[in-house]
Amino acid sequence: MIKAILVFNNHGKPRLTKFYQYFNEEMQQQIIKETFQLVSKRDDNVCNFLEGGSLIGGADYKLIYRHYATLYFVFCVDSSESELGILDLIQVFVETLDKCFENVCELDLIFHVDKVHYILNELVMGGMVLETNMTEIITRIEDQNKLEKQEAGLAAAPARAVSAVKSMNLPQQIKDIKLPDLPAAIKDLKF
Amino acid sequence: MALRKVKGNLERMFDKNLTDLVRGIRNNKETESKYISQCMEEIKTELRQDNLAVKANAVAKLTYLQMLGYDISWAGFNIIEVMSSPKFTYKRIGYLSASQCFHQDTEVLMLTTNMIRKDLNSHNMYDSGTALTGLACFISGDLARDLANDVMTLLTSTKPYLRKKAVLLLYKVFLKFPEALRPAFPRLKEKLEDPDPGVQSAAVNVICELARKNPKNYLSLAPVFFKLMTSSTNNWMLIKIIKLFGALTPLEPRLGKKLIEPLTNLIHSTSAMSLLYECINTVIAVLISISSGMPNHNASIQLCVQKLRILIEDSDQNLQAQTGKVVKYLGLLAMSKILKTHPKSVQAHKDLVLQCLDDKDESIRLRALDLLYGMVTKKTVMEIVRRLMTHMDRAEGTMYRDELLQKIILICSQNNFQYITNFEWYISVLVELCRMEGTQHGGLIASQLMDVAIRVVAVREFTVGQMALLLDNAHVIVGPAAARSSIAEVLYAAAWICGEFSQLLANPKATLESMVRGKVVSLPGHIQAIYVHNMLKLYAHIIATAEEEDDSEMIEEVTTLLLERLPVFVSSGDLEVQERASCIVHVVTYVQKCHKNGDKVGVDLIHLMTGELNPVAPKAQKKVPLPDGLDLDVWINDPPSESEEEEDDAFKKEIFVKAESSSRHKKEKYEPSEEELQKLRDARRAEQASNPYYVKSSAQTSPRPNHNSIQIDEIPVAAIDLNVSLKIPGMTSLDKYQLVDGWQDGSKKRHKKQKKRSKRKGPLTSSSDEEIRQAHVVNTDVGEMPEGAHFSDDNEVDDRPEDDPHRALDIDLDEPLAPNEVLPTRTHYEVHSQKTPEESNEANLQPSQTPTKKKSKNKKDKKEKKEKTKKVKKEQKKVKKKFTGNEENLILDLMDSVKVAAISDETPVAANHINGITDAKNKEKPTDDLDFWLSKDDSSSQAPSEPIVDGTERTASPSSYPSGRDESKSKKTKTKKEKKAKKEKGKDKSEKKKSRKREKVEDSSIRNREEYEETNGTVTQDLEDKPVIPTVQPNNRLLAEDSFLRLDYSTAAMDGVMSEVLVCIKFTNHSSKSISKLQLMLPDSSALKMIRNDPQSELVNLPWTLDPGESKESQLSFTAEDDTIPDKLRGSLSYIQDGTSSSDLSLRLEFPVTTFLSGKTASRATFTDLLSSGQLSARSSFTIPECPWSFPEVLEEVTRGGSLAVVESVDQTASLYGRSLHGHHVCLLVKYQASSRLTVDGKSTEGILLSNALDHLKTVLMQKQ
Repeated sequence: MIKAILVFNNHGKPRLTKFYQYFNEEMQQQIIKETFQLVSKRDDNVCNFLEGGSLIGGADYKLIYRHYATLYFVFCVDSSESELGILDLIQVFVETLDKCFENVCELDLIFHVDKVHYILNELVMGGMVLETNMTEIITRIEDQNKLEKQEAGLAAAPARAVSAVKSMNLPQQIKDIKLPDLPAAIKDLKF
Repeated sequence: MALRKVKGNLERMFDKNLTDLVRGIRNNKETESKYISQCMEEIKTELRQDNLAVKANAVAKLTYLQMLGYDISWAGFNIIEVMSSPKFTYKRIGYLSASQCFHQDTEVLMLTTNMIRKDLNSHNMYDSGTALTGLACFISGDLARDLANDVMTLLTSTKPYLRKKAVLLLYKVFLKFPEALRPAFPRLKEKLEDPDPGVQSAAVNVICELARKNPKNYLSLAPVFFKLMTSSTNNWMLIKIIKLFGALTPLEPRLGKKLIEPLTNLIHSTSAMSLLYECINTVIAVLISISSGMPNHNASIQLCVQKLRILIEDSDQNLQAQTGKVVKYLGLLAMSKILKTHPKSVQAHKDLVLQCLDDKDESIRLRALDLLYGMVTKKTVMEIVRRLMTHMDRAEGTMYRDELLQKIILICSQNNFQYITNFEWYISVLVELCRMEGTQHGGLIASQLMDVAIRVVAVREFTVGQMALLLDNAHVIVGPAAARSSIAEVLYAAAWICGEFSQLLANPKATLESMVRGKVVSLPGHIQAIYVHNMLKLYAHIIATAEEEDDSEMIEEVTTLLLERLPVFVSSGDLEVQERASCIVHVVTYVQKCHKNGDKVGVDLIHLMTGELNPVAPKAQKKVPLPDGLDLDVWINDPPSESEEEEDDAFKKEIFVKAESSSRHKKEKYEPSEEELQKLRDARRAEQASNPYYVKSSAQTSPRPNHNSIQIDEIPVAAIDLNVSLKIPGMTSLDKYQLVDGWQDGSKKRHKKQKKRSKRKGPLTSSSDEEIRQAHVVNTDVGEMPEGAHFSDDNEVDDRPEDDPHRALDIDLDEPLAPNEVLPTRTHYEVHSQKTPEESNEANLQPSQTPTKKKSKNKKDKKEKKEKTKKVKKEQKKVKKKFTGNEENLILDLMDSVKVAAISDETPVAANHINGITDAKNKEKPTDDLDFWLSKDDSSSQAPSEPIVDGTERTASPSSYPSGRDESKSKKTKTKKEKKAKKEKGKDKSEKKKSRKREKVEDSSIRNREEYEETNGTVTQDLEDKPVIPTVQPNNRLLAEDSFLRLDYSTAAMDGVMSEVLVCIKFTNHSSKSISKLQLMLPDSSALKMIRNDPQSELVNLPWTLDPGESKESQLSFTAEDDTIPDKLRGSLSYIQDGTSSSDLSLRLEFPVTTFLSGKTASRATFTDLLSSGQLSARSSFTIPECPWSFPEVLEEVTRGGSLAVVESVDQTASLYGRSLHGHHVCLLVKYQASSRLTVDGKSTEGILLSNALDHLKTVLMQKQ
């Protein structure tokens, strides 16, 4: 079971939090903080999982993370999950984001956290892995986006125009997440 | 109206949307909280508007704020409003928000039940999908109970997307509503074989999750998982399955044997690192669980270790840095698991592990250290410790260095110094470790020093010498950094050792001086106290020796030295030090006075301190039993000091005597006084004294040993002169032990001598298979323990916390469902509300209105049921309260089937249908399945092309005749079953012999009954409900026979989920030639269809040969569309005899209606319920005026094949019960009157079935006439 999925940047600012076990908001923030402290002090060339912090359940849980440019993707899982499997899952998640946002960057996560949630919901449900096949995931997400567009229809046109105008002054979106080249071993891995 | 809408839209345009909010927060970094509180106000006004779009926007913003740590639970109601929107866009926003902030205790969730149900059943797949996802996050106990049925319905959805999600959600439902597990499980199991891989994977996921906490309940699924494992290519699923197998193998070692091969194949073939790793891990788990010898056992281990090595080595080069480290870490972790059982295979890779010590990542280094701990052998200990020590010099960070130090000590001291061959070396290591700066493990080193000094008599002298050096150089050790570390503790040990074994000191006076000198006062209090106390011991020793030698000058010198220095301690701040010091000052003054008078007090003084030290077991204190009459609360009037001492003494004596007379305590002690050397010549005594493992009587150990008399010669240690260099100030160097091993050369003679002796002694040397022999003997006593106490009798504790939901999920899934075990269904509340409490009570008393269910008769179950009904009642009340005054009658409520049953007769059937719960098969079946599957030989005679639907025991031993015992055997605890299985194996053998005999003799199709009586077990299904113990006979019938081949067959109805008839055909070759290429041609009839592997072909190939006299069995399963009329199948069998001549044999398979009946689910309770329910509308009967059979014979004939089971039998009357494949009930009353008149009355839900069944029985019973 996955207990929590946290995405935060290099400064510990949460970009996505998903807890599959209830913690109140204050606790959630403390967990994010603690996890950030645990993860951020580690070099990039060290093992990328570690025992969970005391707040989230201690040694029974493992934090498995990947660090992409400015973002940390951290999965807190129990012993029933395979560490390497989860690492692959994170890769699938990030690649899916990359496909959905076309070169995903931190800003995409900042401004479209809801969409990221919807994508994540197609991967993981209630703490259990729902789907690992990327094409299937993307089909589902596109279907839902289509549905949303249909519903919005013409009525949404003025709103879209306004929001387009609003985002004019948005600074050039920096595509700062660079997906590393996949090592051969992972590319072979077909879910 | 339209205008308003347009206006609303326009306004909305200028409301902040989520993007604006985020941008705003980013632009107001300084005043973020102020900005957000302003936004909150806006959101609150937005939420008050009627426009759902505005609300949705507000909720979306709230969800974002929730992530930042703001509590948004106050908006719960608004969130639900948005969730209920008909538009998918808003619904999704609502559900997302709910999944982020709702939890099982959220009160507004109560309102959502019907809305969620509507969404689940929505036509839009994504509406249901969203609802399922959301529900997975916030499901509560109530929701789980209320919606379980809807989730179950989704399991049969045509869309894999929904099936997948529903399957996953089931797990959450089980957690919150454990009662759902049993009724839902058959469905869940079906999903393992879903055509969609995603659904399959989800089902695997859920079952793995369930099984992880309660593995034993899921053992019966092993064959299904095995099939999946060998066929699937979905790595994610494979990992899950393999992990599950890892949890299952400890429970079923046979499973492990089956797993090894496919797992090794996977290891060889897979390219996915994650899968490879999990495979290796499970192989390791398997190998651990099958401790008994396996032929290619070692090969697998070797393979694993090699693969791991490649993993660890390659991880640096081929992988992304991070992943590489993970692999390395996990590789080491897996290695440490192998190490526990197969140390030798891992020890070969010592170099690799040592290499890992240099890794940058601390966690990898620590893993490697853990590994080293287990890799140590007598041969390698010195090298490993040396490597670690050099490593320690280079290591940075005291944390890690401390870890290293601790590991070194652990490595050396494990198992009572098992791997230490040379204790002088070890002492030197410890002394070396003292130089570590800033360590926190001073206490550890100190205790090791003391431990070795006390227990290894042989190196005591060396130790004492080293300790004297330590004391002399105390200032080096306790440097400026000492304040932060605990290294001063070693001085505690040093002082104590020097004092206690002062007779071994080379120069006691110098040591005393070094103790007195220096900055002792700056040491911690307890160390000072030890110093002071041991000064006295030293003093006593010096005085005693000096008196012997009449060295009054020495006496004078020492006494003045002490009197000069002790006052410093008398004024110490530490009370203990003060007390001891002032005491000693008085003693010394007294001694001085005596000496002035010319009295010799040395010997008396030394008597103060003598006494043998015995190690005390760490748990001894706790285990001391409370003496009779000792009440600690009672005030003790006597001066405490006196009574304490007395008591203690009494205690000690008792403890010592007992302890030493127990064989656990091996005491090794050298007492080589002159007198005893004399005695050694006495053969018996010699053996006793020289055998270190000889348990000496207390009489021999208790006398105060005369320290002076210890003879150096007797200690099997190097000559001291070799170690002389050590006495030069400065610490010993460790290298000499490894490079020169000079001491060994020097003591070769002694070793030889020891060897000779050891030949006589036997066990001493033969116990160690290593060539390196231990130079010193360790006293490996566990230590003193009080009488009757065992060293390790810790209680096992269930490590699952009380509130772990998985405790509730420890449910036996193989047991058939009880009638009330259905998922709650919806009913009209109206009906229920009209019921009086009495009525509902009645309903509870008669829970078996659902006649299709078999009642489980376990006491435990009953209890559960009671609780459940209680619960239901409570819930009823609750619901009533909730809805009183609500005029709407259509409010749906959930009820337990108990109530449902009471209300209408149709409902149970409907519920049954919806849930897809037909009665679970005989509970024995799955485990038998497993047994069969596990014991099946790969090259077994079983036709692999046959669909193995059910393998009861009979197939497990092909030559044993089918017997009814398997079906009727009741399941008890698992262990019992296993025992039974073992017994049965034995029985099978005897059966085999018998069957061979039988083949020769028998000539009729009906077996001689006597032959079966031994092998047939009794029905012990339920002693409580079934006092009658009928025997079930197999219904073997002759199928066809010619001069070469004989075919018998028996049938059994597998009702329940499968609704199949199992036909077991036995082929017996009674010619003298072998028969091969058997082909069975069996076309289906209109109602009977065989389940075939190849649906197109009517041929069944049996791919084995029958040797002369051999018989083999094959199983076919059939489905019957109509189970009320008898049927028959005609077919033919072709075979080739002796490889040349082919023959044909025509067959006729008869299926009387009783074939479709099964009595497995019979119980008295269901029977009476059935009879009283009035469902059994059809009646029929027949009479045989003069029945030639006795009553037991009649019963035996009627129950043959297990189609009907005796429910109750009184005198010459019996009631029987059977259920057809399609759930029709047949109840029979068999009366046998004195005049051998037999009456059979039947009642059934299905008239045709009953009359056909009675007709059949009549013909059978008349046959004999």
